[in-house]
Amino acid sequence: MISRRSFCKKSLLIAGGLAIPLSCLELFDPKRLLAEKDQKGPRWVFLVDTRKCVGCGFCVKGCKVENEVPYDANVTRTWVERYVVTSDGKTHIDSPKGARDGFPNKGIDIGHGKLEEIKDDDIDKAFFVPKLCNQCDNPPCVQVCPVGATYQTADGVVLVDRSWCIGCGYCIMGCPYGVRFFHPVFHVAEKCNFCYHRITKGMQTACVDSCAFGARRVGNLRDPEDPVTKIIMTERVNVLKEEYGTKPQVFYLGLSKEVK
Amino acid sequence: MVHGEAWTIKEFFTYPNEYIYWTIQIVMYPFMTGLVAGAFVLSSLYHVFGVKQLKGIARFSLVFSFALLPVAMLPLLMHLQQPLRGIEVMMTPHFTSAIAAFGIVFSTYGMIVASELWFVFRKHFVETALGLKAIEGRSVLQQGQYLLFSVLTLGAYDISHEAIEADERAVKKLAAAGIPVACFLHGYAGFIFGSVKANALWMTPLMPVIFICSAVVSGIALCILTYILTMEIRKQLARRHRLAHPELPSMEELKSAEAHVVAMTSRYLLMFMVAAITLELLDLIFRGYTAVKSWDILRSVIYERDFVNIFVVQYGLGNLVPFVLFLIPGLTIRRAAVGSALVLLGVFMMRWNVVIGGQAFSSSFSGFMHYVMPLWPDSMETLKEGLVGALIVAGVPFGLFYVLNKVMPVFKETH
Repeated sequence: MISRRSFCKKSLLIAGGLAIPLSCLELFDPKRLLAEKDQKGPRWVFLVDTRKCVGCGFCVKGCKVENEVPYDANVTRTWVERYVVTSDGKTHIDSPKGARDGFPNKGIDIGHGKLEEIKDDDIDKAFFVPKLCNQCDNPPCVQVCPVGATYQTADGVVLVDRSWCIGCGYCIMGCPYGVRFFHPVFHVAEKCNFCYHRITKGMQTACVDSCAFGARRVGNLRDPEDPVTKIIMTERVNVLKEEYGTKPQVFYLGLSKEVK
Repeated sequence: MVHGEAWTIKEFFTYPNEYIYWTIQIVMYPFMTGLVAGAFVLSSLYHVFGVKQLKGIARFSLVFSFALLPVAMLPLLMHLQQPLRGIEVMMTPHFTSAIAAFGIVFSTYGMIVASELWFVFRKHFVETALGLKAIEGRSVLQQGQYLLFSVLTLGAYDISHEAIEADERAVKKLAAAGIPVACFLHGYAGFIFGSVKANALWMTPLMPVIFICSAVVSGIALCILTYILTMEIRKQLARRHRLAHPELPSMEELKSAEAHVVAMTSRYLLMFMVAAITLELLDLIFRGYTAVKSWDILRSVIYERDFVNIFVVQYGLGNLVPFVLFLIPGLTIRRAAVGSALVLLGVFMMRWNVVIGGQAFSSSFSGFMHYVMPLWPDSMETLKEGLVGALIVAGVPFGLFYVLNKVMPVFKETH
């Protein structure tokens, strides 16, 4: 029969003994070891040259097919916006079906299936702006997910775990850029992930591959020799909605103040 | 069809993925938790602060708060795209999210209310259990009741004077602990909205406080209204059974008790209403005065598109009219009932104007979205996130209250 005293002693011994191997997990934290060896992986960033975009919408088509977002569903991981600034100072913006089919109408889509016609003479300037997930350094969508189903990888891309998302929509509400939506088939949060399955294998994203004009480029910010990094470091680039403190990582060349 | 497309009408420029994702169920959620918190605070006014005049309604509101509790969770479940995974919020909470606190706060609060109820009704449980035990040859129903009540006593059969006094002390402590938890339960519902920096209408540190104040207002209003309704039923029953059971309270006794309780409770209703409206107006004035980037679109939503919802229904019908109704001297039961119903409407519209109004404009600040609530369901989605779903959520607490009242009779004097 074991006495109370020896029971307590032995329990403490076992607990202490177990604690030693457990503490190794902290001693040999693989993430920290990797960081100390200064072997940082890539930090994926995106560069959009709005001056080169013609609004053909091939990027949207390419993305939808590659990422299995139902082709006719009115949601998309990436889209193109058209801005028409008229001489009265007004800005007219549209993105019919996310510009999946480009911009088939000259009139501006103002909802309810109505078009607003604008005379050519009234137009001061007009341009296209491609949009996609900004893979923010401080992603509000990751912060608000109640179950941790959306997370940021070490190389900066924000991903969604389709097997874990509960579909509350808090991340959709938390994103100032409106890049998130519910996938019509999987019924979980869905977003652009820079074609993570492609870039991690050395390929380009589907939208970059579909763009015939070189308006879209993906790069690694931690590689100083990367041409995208060189442009970001040496030229005048801008980001969207900096005031939200999200630290967006999609950089724009030729961004105008009208862009929302 | 994409989720949200069925009930969203877009106007001008909105981002392609923008829809009204949070619909009527997310309006119901803060409304229901508000009722829970408010009902509890009302009962605590008696238990903690010893407001004797509220004795009649204190036990009633405590049981009603408990009946409302599971229903606070129901709209969230109905809104989830993956309702079967809803439990993960409790199992794998991600603590940087305001929603993750739900499991902890909700269960803490549930435990507090449940244990407070147990102490309040322990004497009744023991008496009923002993009474049933004494019966020789119990019927199946009686046997079931006996089992239920003896389980509910948890083996504590001591109902001596000292034991009951100890119970009362425990009730007081639990009620005191419950007030901050109830406020937290609802304040954090406000935080869920107030902390969304992407939404110009929601983002304000005042949101949790506004939510708490309007929660207490709605909770008290619902308690008054339900109290009046149950008293009316009791009056009818009293009229019918008076001849057979002369020991029952008479019509006049019930009437005067009712008028007294209602008058006292409505005073507290008014106090919290003043606080709620002050904060809401402060928020509105501050937004207009500072007029940051988002104010242009907010102004067109608040003063143009949602004008009727905000200023006519919420502030006018829901705040001003009941305010006048309660302030006119010589408060009658009928006037109190109408006033409380209008207050409930006002608080519901406040939730609506926050949740739906916050999605009425695109985060591009260049377009609008309009929510068309599905009235008649044509799919599971429109059933859950439409009028029918909301009515289910609104109806369940009354059913639960009916059942709970069988076990814990609200109107029986146990102390």
